[in-house]
Amino acid sequence: MSAFLAPYGDYGAEWLPLLLRAMVNTALLSVCAFALAFVFGLLLSLCQKSSFAALRYFAALYVTIVRGVPLLAVLFLLYFGLPGIGIVFDAFGAAIAGLALCFAAQVAELFRAGLKAIPAGQSEAALAAGFTPAQSFVLIILPQVARVILAPMIITFVSLLKDSSLASLITVNELVLTGRSMATEYFLPLQIYIAVGLCYFAIAWPFSVLSRRLALPATR
Amino acid sequence: MTGFSIFFSVVQGLVAGLGVTVFVTIASLALAAAFGFLLALLRQFAGIKFIDLAIDVCCEILCNVPALTHLFILYFGLASIGVKLTSITAAVLGLGLIGAAITCAIFRAGFAALPGGQAEAALAAGLTPLQTIFEILTPQAMRIALPGLGNYAVQLLKDTSVVSAIAAPEIMFFARSMVTSSFQTTMIYATAAALYLLLSLPLMQVTRFLERRYGRLKG
Amino acid sequence: MNALLSVAGLRKSYGPIEVLKGIDFDVAPGEKIALIGPSGSGKSTCLRCMNFLEKPSAGEIRLDGERIGARNGHVMSDRQLAPQRAEMGMVFQLFNLWPHLSVTENVAIAARKVRGLPAAEARELALEMLAKVHMTHRADASPLELSGGQQQRVAIARALAQKPKLMLFDEPTSALDPELVQEVLKVMEELAAEGRTMLIVTHEIAFARDIADRVLFLDGGTIVEAGPARQVITAPREARTQAFLNKIRH
Repeated sequence: MSAFLAPYGDYGAEWLPLLLRAMVNTALLSVCAFALAFVFGLLLSLCQKSSFAALRYFAALYVTIVRGVPLLAVLFLLYFGLPGIGIVFDAFGAAIAGLALCFAAQVAELFRAGLKAIPAGQSEAALAAGFTPAQSFVLIILPQVARVILAPMIITFVSLLKDSSLASLITVNELVLTGRSMATEYFLPLQIYIAVGLCYFAIAWPFSVLSRRLALPATR
Repeated sequence: MTGFSIFFSVVQGLVAGLGVTVFVTIASLALAAAFGFLLALLRQFAGIKFIDLAIDVCCEILCNVPALTHLFILYFGLASIGVKLTSITAAVLGLGLIGAAITCAIFRAGFAALPGGQAEAALAAGLTPLQTIFEILTPQAMRIALPGLGNYAVQLLKDTSVVSAIAAPEIMFFARSMVTSSFQTTMIYATAAALYLLLSLPLMQVTRFLERRYGRLKG
Repeated sequence: MNALLSVAGLRKSYGPIEVLKGIDFDVAPGEKIALIGPSGSGKSTCLRCMNFLEKPSAGEIRLDGERIGARNGHVMSDRQLAPQRAEMGMVFQLFNLWPHLSVTENVAIAARKVRGLPAAEARELALEMLAKVHMTHRADASPLELSGGQQQRVAIARALAQKPKLMLFDEPTSALDPELVQEVLKVMEELAAEGRTMLIVTHEIAFARDIADRVLFLDGGTIVEAGPARQVITAPREARTQAFLNKIRH
């Protein structure tokens, strides 16, 4: 056991700054991608509820394709494939775009489920009280939707954070890729990848706990 | 070579990985479902605080660390201390364990959705706790859990692409190796994507059917 | 005469809240006892203590002389309680039929699993019990297809199939639509006429008056009044009993 822990003592000081910098990259990547996914998801959600059949079909097709195509394939297409037809993404950009495109579908699904969870009586009461449909939506419906989807949205973010590890396979210098280069340098893959795991855990776990606390009200 | 024959040879190359993709998906699903169910039973009914804590901790670790990291630990990490797993073994073990954490949560939610009166009526009739769990609670919880399991399976199929990173010879692995030798990058990855999509369509249909049949089951 | 069921010093607390504050009563073989009282009086809790679905905080419960729920000073586990519970048939307010089993299977499963009857015999027994509650025409239906009254009658058949010494009814008609109440009460009447020992928690005061031998009026965790059914309900001695009965009637 002490043989296993020894390298942490020997190299910990060297590893820590490398891992911290990688954590920042991972966090940055995830936050940017999630923000973009949120916007795309919102647009997708609007398409789903649109009165134009073409938009609705597009949204349904999009969601089905994203559900069936691996994120890795999307990342490879964006980073390695697109240059072949003239569009060049840098690795970070490709990663953000790929993550955003794939997670937009999940975000849209959350919006859809959230809206469905609000009983029709809510908007009926608002309209009966004299609110315009727009006012009813913004003042009555939206705040309730926000409260309902907050916890699942956080879980989606954690999912995206974990999937950001795939960006390592298109040369983005985040936690896993940093871990890989450290592993080849120090020949200690077990200790290093466990350290990488701990770094992800340190970022993801607080969010997971937060989402659980938000989903369960304090009343028993 | 005509465009179509290039496409055809790409498909041929990718299909070489089909067997492993399907195998890893099915094997991981089986491991995840079996182990996850066992964990759910223990967590839900054993009532031993130490076991409850151990299961919770393991699930947290499995769910808050990316699959890629778990796979690297199993494949590269263990190899460095003498435990050499084949890439397929590491793939099934890694995805299976992560899946067990996921299915454990799904099964637990299934049990939790059952009204307390179900177990009470069974105990009142003289059934032992074990009989109650297996004859009365599990059949119902299973049905409630099916849609969630279906969704997990659809996700799992996509996730198997990740095991290409530990050299498991599945679809994406062959795609990457073909790309280095030819220059049809876009076509190769697009075809690979289409292949995964094709495989997942029947799974999505089954899941949709399960959702309709069992999605609104009352206890 | 030896009591079939004897309850002595029954107390039940949930944390600081004492719901049962010392209950004592006996039930003779073949006797029908109705437990009435306002909500929160503890009558359901009292009934559920009989088969230890609620664990009493103090007191002794004996069925046919045998101490229920405790052995050598220790409270018994669910597994240890199973044989004792099998001697008592319980009918719940919310029926609690098992929806993944057919009607017949619901009635037969305890006979198969608890008493080890072979499948064919258990099925015969189940059909016999279903005949008693007039439900054989739906023997192979799923509980989800039945009305509330039908489900409750099946639940009664399920309890009868245990061949219990004592039948416990926890507000059997409270969850039923008004027009379905009579079919269940009629079945209970028939069972009473057979000479079964029954302990019934109910809000159906007329039913209690006509069917029960004795009535126990519970309020605030104690038995305020106990006596012959007709007397307690038409001419109660205690003011609280009278107040409760007035409220129910109007």
